[in-house]
Amino acid sequence: MTREEVIAGLAEILEEVAGVDPADVSEEKSFTEELDVDSLSMVEVVVAAEEKFGVKIPDDEVQNLKTVGDAADFVLKHL
Amino acid sequence: MTKPDVVVTGMGATTPLGGDVASTWDAMLAGRSGVSKLTQGWAEQLPVRIAAQLAVEPSEKLDRIRLRRLDRTEAMALIAAAEAWADAGLAGTGLGPERLGVVVGSGIGGAITMLDQDDILERYGPRKVSPHTVPMLMPNGPAAFVGLEYGARAGVHAPTSACATGNEAIAWGLDMIRAGRADVVIAGGVEAVVHPLPIAGFASMRAMSTRNDDPEKASRPWDKGRDGFVMGEGSGILILERADHAAARGARVYARLAGAGMTSDGFDIVQPHPEAEGGGRAMLAALRDGDIAGADIMHVNCHATSTPVGDMAEVAGIKRIIGDHPVLTATKSMTGHLLGAAGAVESIATILAIRESVIPPTINLDDPDDALNLDVAANKARQLDISAALNNSFGFGGHNVVLLFTKT
Repeated sequence: MTREEVIAGLAEILEEVAGVDPADVSEEKSFTEELDVDSLSMVEVVVAAEEKFGVKIPDDEVQNLKTVGDAADFVLKHL
Repeated sequence: MTKPDVVVTGMGATTPLGGDVASTWDAMLAGRSGVSKLTQGWAEQLPVRIAAQLAVEPSEKLDRIRLRRLDRTEAMALIAAAEAWADAGLAGTGLGPERLGVVVGSGIGGAITMLDQDDILERYGPRKVSPHTVPMLMPNGPAAFVGLEYGARAGVHAPTSACATGNEAIAWGLDMIRAGRADVVIAGGVEAVVHPLPIAGFASMRAMSTRNDDPEKASRPWDKGRDGFVMGEGSGILILERADHAAARGARVYARLAGAGMTSDGFDIVQPHPEAEGGGRAMLAALRDGDIAGADIMHVNCHATSTPVGDMAEVAGIKRIIGDHPVLTATKSMTGHLLGAAGAVESIATILAIRESVIPPTINLDDPDDALNLDVAANKARQLDISAALNNSFGFGGHNVVLLFTKT
């Protein structure tokens, strides 16, 4: 899976869970501040990402995933 | 200490008869039934396969992402509150958030969320349970979301008294303004439990009509052929306002909320007292609170749910406390029983009856019970100039709440 595919997959999840426009999703965007994903919806994003990419994202890791790029890094490293 | 006058300056609703107050009221005056067959697959196994479902789905008013995070009760309460808020014209009037309160209750709470998430838990495990589950199922959820929407900071409350909840919320709103805690209160009720478990539960109590082949005829208060209530879903919201606050901003006033009476039966967990002892005391308390005589009550929007015992007990209470003169109606014949929303939607019907001098009908009253020797607006609307009217609501648990509305 390429980095572009992971980011596109995250954009799909963000649209489904939080109504984020896929055009707004890019590497440097922060989930909470720029994409307006609240803490409960972030939990939904994490669970959906685990399922989509077949990875395990531990709860204490979630706080480090500030931006879309951080999440892509984590997914690619643990695929 | 004199009690400040409280008036109604806004109304909102979503019901089985319409997606707002105007369409609901038009349907009531036309005597339309909101009851239909349940076509969902799960209904096939149930002894009761009819209900009064919303005329307009919440998805027509709220977007998909919003609805993902709301129980059906919360969505309905937000829709009714939005109509009431706009109707009252309060936006931009400088009302301070510390002077705005909310009292919105439901009889059963977020049961659909609880049951749906339990299905997910059983099928997929705990990690798939939505993180929105708790704010969706908590019984104060509808009140809290409405409070959040309008920035209410005077206090947000959520009474639960089964089928008296809607009236109790409005009574608490009245108390809040009289106590000086708020100038404006968003008050009402909501219910959304058209779902197999609650229906099976009520059906097991033998409380519901099983007239499955003739849904529009199933809710028939006071008729000899009545065989139980028909479950409905919906929400009704009033904007209550201190009268001098409303006058100062030149608000349109629908009616005065002149009093409320709240009592409890101390009799049985579900059976109504056969003479409506507690219900009668609640009527009397509402009259005393509003300093008005029973002789001045011209109309009663009755609780009358279409159950064999409850309907006639209420009539006995009305005769004893008010007299033989008021014109009665039972709008549940059209809306079904909206449970925690019933009192609020019926308050709207009572207020509009006063304002427009017309009482909505009790449909399906073809063969009245012999003990019903009172005047009912049977089967068609009745023109009547009304100066004062009562709205009765009684709930499982022995809760009785009666509201007194008067012309301004």
